[in-house]
Amino acid sequence: MARYGMVIDTIRCVGCQDCVVACKTENNVPEGYNRDWIVTEANGKFPNINMEIRTERCNHCSNTPCVACCPTGASHIHDVGGVVLVDHDKCIGCKACLAACPYDARFVNPEGYADKCTFCIHRVEKGEDPACVSVCPTHCMFFGDLDDPNSEVSKLLQSRKHHTLIPEAGTKPNIFYLT
Amino acid sequence: MQELTTTRHNPMIDPSMTVWGWEIPVYLFIGGMVAGMMMISGYFLFKGRDKEINCSCYMLPFISIILLSIGMFSLFLDLEHKLYFWRLYTTFKITSPMSWGSWILLLVYPAMIANMIIRPPQKMFDLLPFTGKWSKKVNEHPMLIKNIGVFNMIFGGMLGIYTGVLLSTMGARPLWNSAMLWVLFVVSGLSAAAAFVHMIAKNKYERELLAKADNSFLIIEFAVILLLLLGLLTASQTHIDAAHLLISGPFAAVFWVFVMGTGIIVPLIIQLLAVNHKIKHTPVAPILVIIGGIILRFVIVAAGQYSHWFNVHFK
Repeated sequence: MARYGMVIDTIRCVGCQDCVVACKTENNVPEGYNRDWIVTEANGKFPNINMEIRTERCNHCSNTPCVACCPTGASHIHDVGGVVLVDHDKCIGCKACLAACPYDARFVNPEGYADKCTFCIHRVEKGEDPACVSVCPTHCMFFGDLDDPNSEVSKLLQSRKHHTLIPEAGTKPNIFYLT
Repeated sequence: MQELTTTRHNPMIDPSMTVWGWEIPVYLFIGGMVAGMMMISGYFLFKGRDKEINCSCYMLPFISIILLSIGMFSLFLDLEHKLYFWRLYTTFKITSPMSWGSWILLLVYPAMIANMIIRPPQKMFDLLPFTGKWSKKVNEHPMLIKNIGVFNMIFGGMLGIYTGVLLSTMGARPLWNSAMLWVLFVVSGLSAAAAFVHMIAKNKYERELLAKADNSFLIIEFAVILLLLLGLLTASQTHIDAAHLLISGPFAAVFWVFVMGTGIIVPLIIQLLAVNHKIKHTPVAPILVIIGGIILRFVIVAAGQYSHWFNVHFK
C-alpha cells in the first residue's frame, strides 16, 4: 500500500503563503481558520543566527493518536495512501482529536466537525498534486509515495538532510523538512 | 535563543489550546463523585447494611442518577455536533477512552437503578407501582442484593477510572500523560463522595465511618498528587515544564491554595479533630472537600491543555 507524504525544502521556502491561500480556496476553508500555515523558526544569537521558514499542516502520522482516541471512528486512515481523514457525518465534535494532536493541526469547523488538511485527497485520487504543492512558486514542496524508493520524495529523503516536527512525541509524521 | 512565529490563528487552538471549557471539568467531577457514591453504596449493600432502615444506600442511587444525568447533559453541551451524539453508540473503539466511557455509562445506569429498586423512593413507587413488585422479589434474595452491591462497586470503579484515563491517554498533553491521573481522579471522586454522604447520612455510624474514610482518602489523594508531580518532574523536559505549571507557573496559586490547601489539608485537619472528638462534626470540611474536587478538575483540564511539547522551546 502506498504511504503518501510530503517533503518541504526549507532552503527554498520564502513563506509567501501561496500554499495557505491555495488551500483555503481549494477546500473552501472558513474565514479565520487555517488548514496550513507558515512558521518561521529562528535559532541562535545575533550574529550567529539561522532561520528556517516552513509550511506546516497535519502530518498524516503513521502512529495516529487522533484516530486512536476518536470514539465514533470519524477520524480514520484512508485506504489510499494512509491519509488521515475525518468523516464529517460521523464526527460528534467531542474535540478529543484536537487535544490528542501534538501539532495542534486540527480545528473545529463552524459547522461542528473536526477539520484538518486532507492532502487534497480529491485531487490526489485524480492523479493531481495537493493544491498547496501545485501552486508553490519556489517549488519547495513535493508530494508522493514514501514507500516507493523511486518516487521523488523518497529520492530527496535519501539525498538530503531532513527532520520532522516533534519526533519525540512518537507519532511518526509523514511530512519531512529538508534542511 | 529559539523563536517561533506562526501565521496560524485557529479559534480554540491559538495561542494556547482551550477546546474544553467548564463542561468537561464539571462532567469529570460529577462522574468521579457518582463513581465514589456507587462504590460506597455498593459496599454498604455488600456488607448487609441494607437491613438498616436509614441506610444511605437507599438515598444514594436516586441522587447519583440525577447527578450523573446533569453531568452527561454537561458533556452533551460540550459537543460541537450535538445532534450526532448517537454516533457514539454505533461503534465500539477499543483504543478510545471516550468510546469506553459512553458504553460504561450504559452499564452504570442499570446498576444504579437495580440499587434503587431494592427500596424504591415513595415518589417512584407512586409513579411506577410495578416497582413495588420488583422490590419484593429482589428482597426475597439476599445474595442478589449483595451482587447488586458488587456490581455497583465494579461499575462505579470503571466510571471513576475512565474519567482519568480519558485525559491520561493524550500523549500530546504532557501534564495529562501520567498513569497516576486515573488514580488521582478515583481517590478524589471517593473523597468527594464520602464527604457528600457524610453530610446527608441519617445514620450516625455511617457519618462517623465516612468521616474516617474521607480522612484516609484525603491522605491518599495528597500522596497521589505528590507522586504525579514527582513522576512528571523526573521525566522529559516537556513533562518537567508541565509539572511546573502547577508548582510555580500560572496555575500554581489556584492549585496550592484551593486544591492542596482548602481542598485537602484544611478539611483533613478539621475532620481529624472531629473524629477524635476534639470538635463537633460540621458541614464545613465536606463542603471544602467537594469544592476542592471541582477545582482540581478545572485546574487539571485547563493546565493540561496549556501544556505542550512546543512549550519546551519557549523557555
